[in-house]
Amino acid sequence: MEDKEFFQKAVNSKYAKKIGKHTRLKESLIKIFFAVNGTMALIFIILIFVFLFKEGFKALDHIGLLDFLYLDRPDASGNIERVFQWYPTSEEPRYSLIPLLIGTFLTAFPATIISTLLGVGAGIYLSEVANPKFKEFLKPMIELFAGIPTVVLGFIMLVVGASFFNDILHPANRLNAFVASIGLSFVIIPIIASLTEDALHSIPNDLRMASYGLGATKWQTISKVILPAAFSGVSASILLGFGRAIGETMIVLMCAGNAANLTSNIFLSVRTMTATIAAEMGEVSQGSDHYYSLFFIGIVLFTITFFLNLIAEIIINKMRKKNTF
Amino acid sequence: MELKKRKKDIAGFVSIGIVRITFSFLVLILLLLLGKIFIEGIGVISLEFLIDEPRNNMTEGGIGPAIFGTVAVTLLMVLFAVPLGVFSAIYLNEYAKDTFFTRIIRTSINNLAGVPSIVFGLFGLGFFILFIGKNLDEVFQTGLLFGQPALLWASTTLAVLVLPIVIVSTLEALNSVPKSHRDASYGLGATKWQTIKNVVLPQARPGILTGTILAISRGAGETAPILFLGAAFFLPNLPVADLCIGDYCIPMINPTEQFMYLAYHIFIMATQSANPTKTLPIQYGSTLVLIVLTFLLNITAIIFRYRFRKLLGRL
Repeated sequence: MEDKEFFQKAVNSKYAKKIGKHTRLKESLIKIFFAVNGTMALIFIILIFVFLFKEGFKALDHIGLLDFLYLDRPDASGNIERVFQWYPTSEEPRYSLIPLLIGTFLTAFPATIISTLLGVGAGIYLSEVANPKFKEFLKPMIELFAGIPTVVLGFIMLVVGASFFNDILHPANRLNAFVASIGLSFVIIPIIASLTEDALHSIPNDLRMASYGLGATKWQTISKVILPAAFSGVSASILLGFGRAIGETMIVLMCAGNAANLTSNIFLSVRTMTATIAAEMGEVSQGSDHYYSLFFIGIVLFTITFFLNLIAEIIINKMRKKNTF
Repeated sequence: MELKKRKKDIAGFVSIGIVRITFSFLVLILLLLLGKIFIEGIGVISLEFLIDEPRNNMTEGGIGPAIFGTVAVTLLMVLFAVPLGVFSAIYLNEYAKDTFFTRIIRTSINNLAGVPSIVFGLFGLGFFILFIGKNLDEVFQTGLLFGQPALLWASTTLAVLVLPIVIVSTLEALNSVPKSHRDASYGLGATKWQTIKNVVLPQARPGILTGTILAISRGAGETAPILFLGAAFFLPNLPVADLCIGDYCIPMINPTEQFMYLAYHIFIMATQSANPTKTLPIQYGSTLVLIVLTFLLNITAIIFRYRFRKLLGRL
């Protein structure tokens, strides 16, 4: 009761009013300033979406949606032949995205598989096996690894990796999907390793202790208790890594050979969606069908990675809720 | 019973051994990779290499203009990205309540980090050059000054690309300032802004700096988005112009010109130079410079963050 009276007195005193009027305006102006900035950040994100789709959908004015899949054309003897080719600059332009999609997945899939094996292993080592003091030093090393610019990895795969694999595997093309996927692994391994480490680390220690208490060995604890408990986190890290592999440009541009082959042979040159945009956007005339079709590839790329990221984020959020019981 | 137990242990021993070998293998590959770049690159590194411009059809000389371009672009990028990112984070963490709107902002920022960098290049071309640039040219009657690939648009595009890094690390830094400090400040009669300015921001400064450094390192290493935003193979002049106020002139970065960029330089020299084998030492040299640059930045950021976390642990 006394407090309330004192509070009323304080609010009604001439000092309070004097400060209140002057600062309230200033405070609200400052708040508006920050709110404008926050909104601007959001607007930029929306604009990315808007401009990508605005330019990309213009491609559909002249090119049908089916043309992005295949083209039916008569061959020399008059038979209708269904072709899946990306030749946007030829006399009779062909805009099939199929070879580009195949190229993208032929580099991203093997890279994700390699990185899953090595990255999850590295994550287990960091979280469960490594000496905690040594780990303090290793975690930043992983971060440094992740910070290597991709153009550097592309360069080293181009001048060293390609020759190395050429000598031991004798592939049909020196630059091929396999070389590119090895290069991509360098990008994804640190991502998967550090996210796996996070996921394993977030498993409560009680579970480990309970498992040891039941007589399980260290490896039994890791394989039967910790990994199953962290399964969703580990799979989210693999999804994020896969998304990154699909969106990566420089490595595939430099190492995949850039020939839009329709193949399932990993030792042939392929051309990915990202590399197509990177290689052709510089020379294309603005406003042409080719130009808009490159934006359309951008939409496809954006959509695929967006959903991969969204799924991964949902999994991670679920995991967080589950682990804080 | 005894035997069974031992068998299990052997399986465990082997599996953990495999995990150890996996990690050692990765470290080995990384060291081989960096060692190769270091050994091949260190031979050409000299002061002349760092400041000279390419000569003799790019087969001799240095990478001075490329380093200048990288510094110029990242400098402008920081000027755009850091204020916007820090202010947004302050809004999100200090002012906004947890509403649907702020959750959308947070989710989109997280998703923005996963968008392929080449898509940012498309955005830069479609939005900054063809929309903003072309309209600026029309309004100011400048012909074709802004509506073409240029340093300015490369740095604004990179600024959008690194925005999530700045926002996320600032959010983390602001979040780690204890609530009791804010309460103490309010208790002394400070207003919200006074509390943010005098209590929260000084404590969050190392975290914000960490984010800025990480953003610079990311921006300096990106190649894909600037491929068609004004990066050039070779330019005879630096993108510099004199800014004159009355009689007093100072040389300034000219944001409407094209530029050379270290990361782009490596790419273009390795794939499209006239004689890739002859210029191989230069390529290795440029790669070494870029790696050292990003490593120094990242190590600084890591040390900063380590100290920052340690400091907060003590509080």
